[in-house]
This record gives sequence, structure tokens and C-alpha cells, in this order.
Amino acid sequence: MMSLGPYASFIVTAYSLAALVLALLIGWIAIDYRNQTRRLRALDESGVVRRSGRSTVDTR
Amino acid sequence: MSLIDLANPSRFLALTARILPWLAAATAILLAIGLYQSATAPDDYQQGATVKIMFIHVPNAWLSMFVWGVMSLASLGTLVWRHPLADVAAKAAAPIGAAFTFLALVTGSLWGRPMWGTYWEWDARLTSVLILFLMYLGLMALWRAVEDPSRAARAAAVLTLVGAINLPIIKFSVDWWNTLHQPASVFRMGGPTLDRVFLIPLLVMAIAFTLLFVTLHLAAMRNEILRRRVRSLQMMQASRKAA
Repeated sequence: MMSLGPYASFIVTAYSLAALVLALLIGWIAIDYRNQTRRLRALDESGVVRRSGRSTVDTR
Repeated sequence: MSLIDLANPSRFLALTARILPWLAAATAILLAIGLYQSATAPDDYQQGATVKIMFIHVPNAWLSMFVWGVMSLASLGTLVWRHPLADVAAKAAAPIGAAFTFLALVTGSLWGRPMWGTYWEWDARLTSVLILFLMYLGLMALWRAVEDPSRAARAAAVLTLVGAINLPIIKFSVDWWNTLHQPASVFRMGGPTLDRVFLIPLLVMAIAFTLLFVTLHLAAMRNEILRRRVRSLQMMQASRKAA
């Protein structure tokens, strides 16, 4: 077991906060991607097409 | 593939779809190695185990400035070269930079309490990084306040370039003023003063965090391109309905 000495609470809090903030950031970006692709799919289903004629969900 | 090819958002989306899984895997592996090395690094003879906070504080502090540097380059791309993805890159980087800056401030504060006896001191380094954090928040607010992305892009680009003045102030604050914060110990004339047992885990963590930024930035840019596609298609749909 790793010993962190008398200031263990500061070290654990620092690492936990970093993990939490980065997890929130990654989660937010992943949810945003899902939302945008869902909105594009809804537009595609309603018959809207891009000027190029490609499907709205075609990311090429 | 050249920079000109990447000006096409569809080509950019195709490229990100191919490289994002590899980047994410490389980030996870390097982060795991860095965390293992940080956990097994010996205690410092003066700071004890609190030196472990350095392995997350310093990469976040470096990236807080690096991301603003990336946004400044992107702003030049918006104002000078009018690259179609420049403002997408700047807008997507801001929340990521804000998160790194927040973590630099909080982890620094948690390191400062046992070492300096205080969570916060209004010295030049800490205050200039706090100003950087507020500038990130200001930029994000500006992007949200202006509905037209191209108008918001120009205003944000000017603000970003003006804000870049803060980067040398942060870097040299510890040399120009008498601060509680220690001077540079890695990027300095005469080489690093850190021992290898601390320097190697620190550099591994710094590379891992940089890869994390590249991964998240590309993913956020992809989201922003899709958001703009949704917006233009919704406008097209609305104009068809009106006609």
C-alpha cells in the first residue's frame, strides 16, 4: 500500500478533482456528438438534403 | 493530405473518424504509464509525497497556456488567411483550455496549502493564471452571445490575440516579480533542475495530457462542424417552409 504521508488528503483530492473534471469534459463532448448526430438524423428523416445531394448524416 | 485539403469540413470529418480511435488509445496508454510512474516516484526530501501533485499540476498549467497559443494561431487563421476551420478550431479549444486552467489553479492551490501554508496568494503567477481562466470564460460567453458564427469568430479572434499578451506575463511573472511561486525548473536556460526520477514521469504525463488535448480538440471540432451543418439545414428547412 502506497503511503502518502500527513498530506494524503491534499494529494487524493487533487487527483480526484482532476479525474472528475476530465471525465465531465469527455462526457460532455461525447453527449454533444450524440445530440448533433441525432439532430442530423431527424433532419434526414424529414426529407432535408444537403446542397451536395448527400444525406445529412453522411459525414464524408 | 495538405492544410488546404483540410479546409473542406467533410474531408476533416473523414480524417477525424479515422484517427480519433488511435489517438484515444495512445492517450489512455500513455496516461496509464504516467500515472503508474507518478504513483511509484519517491517522495521529495523537502516536500514529501506532495510532490505527486506536481505530475498533474504542471501538465495542466502548461496546457492552459498551450491551448491559448493554439487559439491564437487559429485566430490568425480566421483574420489573416480566412481558413474555414480556423474559427471552428478556436471555438472548440476554449472549453478544453478552461478546464485545464481550472485544474492548474485548483491543484496548485491544493499543493500550496501544505507547502506555503495558504491556498491562495495574490502574487503575479497565480493572479495572471486566474486572469487567463477568466479570459477563457469570457471567450466562451462571447461565442454563446453572438448567434452568427462568422461574426462571433472575428470578435473572438481579436479578443484571443489581445489576450495572448498574458502568455509571456504568466511565463516570466516568476522572474519579473517577487512571487511565492517557484521559478521555472524544466524549461529554463541551463537545463532542468529536476532530478530524473521526477522529470521522466512529469514529461510522460505532459505528453499524455497533450495527446488528451489533441484528441478532445479534434472531437470537439467535429461536433462544432456537425452543429453548423444542423444550423444551416434547419435554416434551409425554414426557408423552404416559408416559400
